[in-house]
Amino acid sequence: MRYLPHTTEDIESMLKVTGQSCLEDLFDCIPDNLKTKDGIDIPESLSEWELNTHMEALASENIACKDYKCFIGAGRYDHYIPAIIPYLISRSEFMTAYTPYQPEVSQGTLQGIYEFQTMVTALLGMDIATASHYDCGTALAEATLIALRTSKKVRRIAVSALVHPSHRQIIQTYISPSGYEMVEIPYTPEGRTDLTALAGMEDIAGIAIQSPNFLGNIEDLAAVKAIADVKKSLFIVSFTEAMAYGLLKTPGSFGADLVAGEGQSLGLAKSFGGPGLGLLAGTQKQMRNLPGRLIGKTHDTNGDQGFVLTLATREQHIRREKASSNICSNNGLNAMAAAMYLATVGKIGIREIAQQNHDKAHYLKESLLTAGFESVYETPFFNEFVLKAPKGFEQKRTALIQDKCIFAGMNLEPFYPELKHHYLFCATETLSKKDIDQLAKEVK
Amino acid sequence: MNEQPGTSGLIFNEPLLWDKSRKGRCAMSLPKPDVERTLLDEHLTGDAPDLPQLSELDVVRHYTRLSQWNFGVDSGMYPLGSCTMKYNPKTNEVQAARQGFAAAHPFAGDMFSQGALKLMANLEHYLAKITGFDAVTLQPAAGAHGEFTGMLMIHAFHAKNGRQRSKIIIPDTAHGTNPASASLCGYESVNIKSGKNGILEPEAVAAIMDEDTAGIMVTNPNTLGLFESNIREIADIVHSKGGLVYGDGANMNAIMGIVKPGEVGIDILHLNLHKTFSTPHGGGGPGSGPVAVVKALEPFLPIPRIIKKLDTYEWVTDCPDTIGRIHTFYGHFGVMVRAYSYILSMGAKGLADASKLAVLNANYIKESLKGTLNLPYDRPCMHECVFNDLFQKETHITTMDMAKRLLDFGFHPPTVYFPMVVDGAFMVEPTETESKEDIDQFIDAVKAIAKEAKENPEKLKTAPLRPKVTRLDEVTAARKPCLRG
Repeated sequence: MRYLPHTTEDIESMLKVTGQSCLEDLFDCIPDNLKTKDGIDIPESLSEWELNTHMEALASENIACKDYKCFIGAGRYDHYIPAIIPYLISRSEFMTAYTPYQPEVSQGTLQGIYEFQTMVTALLGMDIATASHYDCGTALAEATLIALRTSKKVRRIAVSALVHPSHRQIIQTYISPSGYEMVEIPYTPEGRTDLTALAGMEDIAGIAIQSPNFLGNIEDLAAVKAIADVKKSLFIVSFTEAMAYGLLKTPGSFGADLVAGEGQSLGLAKSFGGPGLGLLAGTQKQMRNLPGRLIGKTHDTNGDQGFVLTLATREQHIRREKASSNICSNNGLNAMAAAMYLATVGKIGIREIAQQNHDKAHYLKESLLTAGFESVYETPFFNEFVLKAPKGFEQKRTALIQDKCIFAGMNLEPFYPELKHHYLFCATETLSKKDIDQLAKEVK
Repeated sequence: MNEQPGTSGLIFNEPLLWDKSRKGRCAMSLPKPDVERTLLDEHLTGDAPDLPQLSELDVVRHYTRLSQWNFGVDSGMYPLGSCTMKYNPKTNEVQAARQGFAAAHPFAGDMFSQGALKLMANLEHYLAKITGFDAVTLQPAAGAHGEFTGMLMIHAFHAKNGRQRSKIIIPDTAHGTNPASASLCGYESVNIKSGKNGILEPEAVAAIMDEDTAGIMVTNPNTLGLFESNIREIADIVHSKGGLVYGDGANMNAIMGIVKPGEVGIDILHLNLHKTFSTPHGGGGPGSGPVAVVKALEPFLPIPRIIKKLDTYEWVTDCPDTIGRIHTFYGHFGVMVRAYSYILSMGAKGLADASKLAVLNANYIKESLKGTLNLPYDRPCMHECVFNDLFQKETHITTMDMAKRLLDFGFHPPTVYFPMVVDGAFMVEPTETESKEDIDQFIDAVKAIAKEAKENPEKLKTAPLRPKVTRLDEVTAARKPCLRG
């Protein structure tokens, strides 16, 4: 096996040092009745070339093996990834390093993630960003736990029904063993969180709102903040489409206490939903409540600038059962890739790409309305929106995927049973006018 | 002594991104607008985020230079105990980058995602076979996330049985994530000390296990690198009081093909694909922490789950006893592709050989260095061995000093000051992919450093000398946090 360097002679001479006569004797400290009687029943090893054949066969069973036109988002977005991102992130000094416990030989990771933290705070208008979380859903669940722990007495969290359905499920999973409760804030006929209903809710430790929400609509964060202040609740904003903040006002500018977001749009492949990138940011006041790694600037014994993992007294390896979270590994390499992406697009690029997403989505909406779809909400949106489909669309949609590799929207009924025949559409910079015109023609 | 790998070379300075920024630059090839510009309402529109403005070469040079300040497995031996820093095969990267996987949308629908589902179903099956369990979920995003998933299942199991319990037994050698994961489920951690042999004694478990205790978390082999040979007796005690046994599989690399945790009384086990199954750690992640369980616990696994109907695979969510969802989609699929490729490349024999050689390498280091460094538990070890700095106390040299000096020799230091039961722990896990020559070089380096500790201790106090920076002021970093530029 090419990964195992030991020759027969190596093994013999090493066993002489350890005092065993064969490799099996190294396991004499394990009682025989604990050893397995049969081997591992898995297929025989493949050569590199056999593996290639096997894996390409599997990959080609996914429709993604073809160049498909992606008119769906819902938490995973199709954006251009500049060639330098996969090129640079493949550098093995980044890829094959561990968590930077020895800062003297980890300055690349440390400065890179410090820059990531900084650019995330710029994108979101917040004071502090962590070195990353698993994904938006788990970051958001951690944010709700911060709110619940902060309030002590109040044991309920209010979460908008227009927060991504999976994220609401994750929050439920995370908070219920501790006896906390999640209440859902209903939504209005305009496809936004019902703030009147929210204003009527008593005893809530935190309010979690996604903007743009799962239906693509932009929420009135200023109004939510006003309610959060009255209720003395922590104000948590989430998002699944990071690109939106190339155009929208930041959550920080509306007074968010915590922001949890998905960073997949920042240079990461869709990869069947993972690994993505959990973004988690807070105000200065939340610094010691935040879960996971933080990188800080310092200096070495010569007075030269350097970076280290810091504020570790919040973390599990120091605080054990009293830690602010159990997280250890995060999504560091994806954070580094997102930093590379943000540095690549820069201030000019992110604004232009975000604007193009907005433009294409509006053009797509107009085109589909002309093709016979019905408008549902007249609320401002970024790159996703909901339309009611004409009869027979579902069959047409499946045929379009099969025959033309076009993913025309996502059926919302499994997530919101009341939204029968409603579809969530998305358009990003990767779709041309021609692609959109073709879709409009196909669905007519 | 052979020539050591560490030497000095040209190291570039590189400023922070925004110090290189010049107004007007952009490193992205911007798509040409082809539809009408539609402006968002002014009151919703913010200023463009203040990101650095760079050319493509600026960005390439920046990250190339940064990477050169890093040490990875591809740079040299990285014997970080309990982290299993083995070689990360490059073909795994090729497989994960295939368009059919990398471009797959999670909401494409089951019928258009059969390749991904089949791969995941196969991987679940292989991991079950390797560990001796009945069912597996791939959804947890990392080891600690797997622990949390396991704890949630224990919590759900007791809830289903009609009476919740309040405590969980955790040995003093456990990773910090164990008690932190238990706390997330509201369980109080009850600490248990390992015996004088460095392993758990059944009597100690029997003395504290009661019907208000949900179970025990055991890392086997434990973080001293020792096999918990009383695991079956301990499991019997815990089971007799209605509790469950959680296995932390962080150290599974020692026992593939030798012990199947599912056969020795463990009920739930998490694996770290980024340790045992060779996926790169990425300077902090992403990892993947699948959880394997016995049949009785299968109903509690997170949703969605994959099932096979005739020849097609599909997701199911209709599982009334499930703990719920723990990841937005299906976990870290890209990491799973790499681990799957590794398992197929190794085969059953390759995996068993990997464990045998990992244990050989660790025992070889233990025997070769035990006169040089103090070995608190002089017993046959598994895949790692734990020394400390007792012999160096005379000249006030610490584990940290030796670790920093190792950097100058071109080695990443072992895990230091963990496990906490060993004062000044120096925990070496070489893994099976290091050759005898590289290990001999490491042994020579440690011996040379121990010699320096006696003869020239001051040199160790100022180490490292060769990396880009010298020792960093961590106290100031924590007292006056500067977390962004």
